Amino acid sequence: MLDLFNIFLNSVFAGNILLAYFLGMCSFVAVSKNIETAIGLGFAVVFVLSITTPVNWLIYHFLLAPGALFWAGFPEINLGFLKLVVFIAVIAAMVQAVEMIIDRFSPALYAGLGVFLPLIAVNCAILGVSLFMVERELTFVESVVYGFGSGVGWMMAIVAMAAARIRLRYAAPPKGLEGYGLTMIVTGLMAMAFLLFSGITI
Amino acid sequence: MKSRAIKTLVSPLWGQNPINVQMLGICSALAVTIGLKAAIVMGLSMTFVLSASNTLISLMRKIIPKNIRLIVELAVISTLVILTDEFLRAYFYDISKQLSVFVGLIITNCIVLGRAEGFALSNPPHLAFLDGIGNGLGYGSVLIVVAFIRELFGSGTIFGIHVIPQAFYAAGYENMGFMLLAPAAFIIIGLLVWGGNVLRNRRSG
Repeated sequence: MLDLFNIFLNSVFAGNILLAYFLGMCSFVAVSKNIETAIGLGFAVVFVLSITTPVNWLIYHFLLAPGALFWAGFPEINLGFLKLVVFIAVIAAMVQAVEMIIDRFSPALYAGLGVFLPLIAVNCAILGVSLFMVERELTFVESVVYGFGSGVGWMMAIVAMAAARIRLRYAAPPKGLEGYGLTMIVTGLMAMAFLLFSGITI
Repeated sequence: MKSRAIKTLVSPLWGQNPINVQMLGICSALAVTIGLKAAIVMGLSMTFVLSASNTLISLMRKIIPKNIRLIVELAVISTLVILTDEFLRAYFYDISKQLSVFVGLIITNCIVLGRAEGFALSNPPHLAFLDGIGNGLGYGSVLIVVAFIRELFGSGTIFGIHVIPQAFYAAGYENMGFMLLAPAAFIIIGLLVWGGNVLRNRRSG
C-alpha cells in the first residue's frame, strides 16, 4: 500500500511527467493561456491516462512482451518491437471510444472535454507514460496508480502555468523574451519548485 | 531550381529553426540533453526519421487518399522510428539505454507529422528530402547547444572528457549540479529563444 502511495507521490511531484521529463510540452504551451481550458484539458489527460496505461499494460503483458504469448502456445515469440505502433493505435482507439461514451452518457461533460479529446491522441505524455510503464516494469496495480498520478501531475502543472500566465500579462518583460521564452523560464522555475519534493518517501 | 533546393535545406537551420520559431517538438528534445553524445545521437535519429518519412510520403503523395492520410503518415513514421530504435539497440546499446523512451516518442513529435503534412504532401521528393535533412539538423543543433552548456557546466566534461582544468577546482570552482536537473533545460531554452529573437530583430530592423 505504501509502495503505491509512493509511486503516486513520485509521479505527481518529483517525477512529474511534464516538469521532470518534458512530456506534453506542445499542448502545455499552446493551451495554458486560459485557466478554464487548462482545467478542461487537464481532466481529459487524467481521464485518458488512467484508462490507456492499464490497457496498454494488459496488451503488453499478454500479447507483446517476450514470452507473453505463452498462453497461446508460442512461448518463444517476442513482439516487443511492435509496442510503439500498438500503443499509438490503442491510445487513438481509446480516445475515440471514450469520446463516444462520454457523448452518450454525459453531454455536459462532453461539451466541456469534447474539444480536447482528439488533441490528446497525439500528446506525447500519453505515449510516454505507457512507455515508461514498460521500462520501469510496473505491475498492473502500479500501472493504474502511475497513470492516474502522472495525469494529476500534468494537470497541476498546466493549471498552475495558466494561473501564472494571467499575472504575466501585466508584466513588462525585456524585448524578445515575451511569449515563448518567458513561458519556458517560468516553467523552469516551477520545475525547480516541484523538485523540492524529491526525496520525500513515506 | 537549384537555389530553391538550397533554400529548402538552409532556411530551417536558422530562420525557421524548428525549436526556436515553430516551437514544435520540444517534448522529446530536452530530456536527452544532459550529455552531448546522447544529444547528437538523438539529433541524427531525428534527421533520419524526418528525411526518410518526408521522402516516402512525398513519393506517395499522389496515391494517398485525402481522408486517411494521417493514418498513412503515422504508419510510415512509426515504421521508421521502430527501425531506428532497433538499430540503436543493436549497435549502440549504452546510448539507447540513455535515450530510453525518447526515441520512441519521435512518433508523437509534432515536427515530423507537421513537415509531412505541411511540406511533403505538396512538394516533390528531392525537395521533401532536403527539407527533412534541414529540419532534422536544425532540431539537432538546438539539442547540441543545450547539451554542450549543460554538460560543460554540469559535469565539467565534453563528450565525457574532463575539460575544466584541475587548477580551477583547486581554486574553489565547483560543478553546477543544477545544470543536470530538469529546470536548467527549461531555463536554457528560454534564454536561447530570447537571444535568438533579439538577434533576428536586430538584423531585420
